[in-house]
Amino acid sequence: MSFPWAKHYAPTNPLMKWVDERLPLPRFVYNAVGAGYPVPRNLNYFWNFGVLAGAALAIQIVTGIVLAMHFAANAGVAFDSVEHIMRDVNGGWFLRYAHATGASMFFVVVYIHIFRGLYYGSYKAPREMVWLLGVVIFLLMMATAFMGYVLPWGQMSFWGAQVITGFFSAIPGIGDTIRVWLLGGYAPGDATLNRFFSLHYLLPFVIAAVIILHIWALHIPGSSNPTGVEVKGEQDTVPFHPYYTAKDGMGLGVFLLIFALLLFFAPNYLGHPDNYIPANSLSTPAHIVPEWYFWPFYAILRAFSSNFILDAKLWGVLAMFGSILLLFFLPWLDSSPVRSANYRPVYRTFFWILVVDILILGWCGGSAATPFYAMLSQICAAYYFAHFLIIIPIISRAERPRPLPNSITEAVLSKHGGTSPAQTAPAAE
Amino acid sequence: MVRNLAMLVGAAFVAVLAWSLFWTVKGQITEPAAVTVEATEFHKHPKALALPSDGWFGKYDKRQLQRGFQVYQEVCAACHSIRLVAFRDLKEIGYNDAQVKAIAKGWKIPQPSINPETGEVATRPSVPADHFPAPFANETAARAANNNALPPDLSLMTKARHGGAAYVYSILTGYEPQSKELLKAFPDVATPQGLHANPYFPTMNIAMAQQLTTDGQVTYMDGTKPTVDQMAKDVSAFMVWTAEPELESRHTAGFAVAIFLLIFCFLAWGAYQNVWRDVKH
Repeated sequence: MSFPWAKHYAPTNPLMKWVDERLPLPRFVYNAVGAGYPVPRNLNYFWNFGVLAGAALAIQIVTGIVLAMHFAANAGVAFDSVEHIMRDVNGGWFLRYAHATGASMFFVVVYIHIFRGLYYGSYKAPREMVWLLGVVIFLLMMATAFMGYVLPWGQMSFWGAQVITGFFSAIPGIGDTIRVWLLGGYAPGDATLNRFFSLHYLLPFVIAAVIILHIWALHIPGSSNPTGVEVKGEQDTVPFHPYYTAKDGMGLGVFLLIFALLLFFAPNYLGHPDNYIPANSLSTPAHIVPEWYFWPFYAILRAFSSNFILDAKLWGVLAMFGSILLLFFLPWLDSSPVRSANYRPVYRTFFWILVVDILILGWCGGSAATPFYAMLSQICAAYYFAHFLIIIPIISRAERPRPLPNSITEAVLSKHGGTSPAQTAPAAE
Repeated sequence: MVRNLAMLVGAAFVAVLAWSLFWTVKGQITEPAAVTVEATEFHKHPKALALPSDGWFGKYDKRQLQRGFQVYQEVCAACHSIRLVAFRDLKEIGYNDAQVKAIAKGWKIPQPSINPETGEVATRPSVPADHFPAPFANETAARAANNNALPPDLSLMTKARHGGAAYVYSILTGYEPQSKELLKAFPDVATPQGLHANPYFPTMNIAMAQQLTTDGQVTYMDGTKPTVDQMAKDVSAFMVWTAEPELESRHTAGFAVAIFLLIFCFLAWGAYQNVWRDVKH
């Protein structure tokens, strides 16, 4: 499970010895995120985001549990119970704003984490399972965030639930039956709110469990690194603690600082004003838009506007789910043995086009559905699918990568002028 | 195998999108979408409004909030509720216990209650613990009294509209007759019977008649000149407070947290440099 030179847990404190002999939990932590886990020495700041995502989940769970103590999942009083939290619960505004902006911060770091994986080829053998579990976490996050947004029972909550559950009615034949079954009625109501609350409370713990599997799968081959060259020896690695705990500590500080600025000074910046209007089934908002983190996918859904054998709506729903599900196949679509885009000039170009493409899709998804945005999303959605399903398979075969360094240490030393071959990572203590 | 299948699926999605794009473009050429009045310059963006609560250092001006409360009490409260706000909350804008008690007791709209003897529907004077009573018993009553329009609750108004307080201020001061150019370009938006032209409202016509009409409509206790503009500003500031009563403590806490985290980042950076000092990476 680890490199032969990994340090072994050797407690000196008699109490820790006693515990370790009976329940080796301290040993487990030591090997997972302590000095017993050797990590490539050349990780850059983009490798901070996994830890940050974990921290964001922890913040969501802690604030969410306290919010649940004051929230009432009933269509008649849900909106007012949220305002009760904002106005009458001690520190309630802090908890609720932390939870709402925390969801956005969670998605920010997870999106950077995913793009890190795409750029550096982290999904490739032998780390396919890490990637697959990551996509599962992403899907669970989206479901959790969607159901959480319904809970305050404002206009966007209600109409968002209406639109998103409406996707299922696109399924031919049984679609409407499935939709009614999901909602517990013909329109979002008390039954919907209650089941969404129940699942919104459950899924974060499922996410936490899948994160454990994600980290477990990561620790089999060990972390990748910006060169994409595997670890060759002890000089290539440093122990996770204290090296990366220190680096992650700093990353966490910067993350919390940005989070705090958003929370305390612009808590509603990323939200929609309509969600401060209580849900009203008789009044449809002028523009129904989901939260910003769904905008690219919403744009893909709306891009399909003409029937083509199948109904346009069904195409849209298939494409929207497909746009995420195709990530499950990425490790096999990209057959290039070179991981890091630093050594793949053609792939790197297309990677950055993809980043811009998804940003434009996000912009389209958040805007009103005018013909201009429709055309833009049709072009960008076409690129999105072409990128993963056509371009990546072709360039992974056709591209001639640049020469790779022989080892991580060689890459590090050449970056620093490469004059001192004696420089190696410190051995244990 | 996976790659060939993927290319097929990819080609299918791209083809259907190209098909959709073709029809979107064709539709634009043959019958271009009509421009809505909301997308033109006839529909105006909120006017600039500077309030003391704006920005990172924003704090409420309690005298302004009291003036705004007075405008609400004397003008808006006839039709609009602030159901999420309690009389006791007025202590935050500078009223003392006795004043709050007096305001609650003297509030013109009675508090719905039951007769303690018979259990029949009744009313009683408000106490500080009560929320502000609504001017109408229910939506039907509100619509019946307002030409079938529903005066919205104002507790969260500045958070529930794009533009916030500036939007409220612009609606209150933005009534103006419709121009000939507007009526020529968009004959449909000509003000119907019972509505009132206001270019700051999304549909260009609003059910509420102009309420702040003359200077001196309200007599301010603190000597501020009650111009229409001043009254609109003050009541908009009051609306910010009803929507975000926590704003001041939020800003104060924000600075404390940011300073703490800055020190934390500095120390963490030092620890990082120290730990890594001998390792090239």
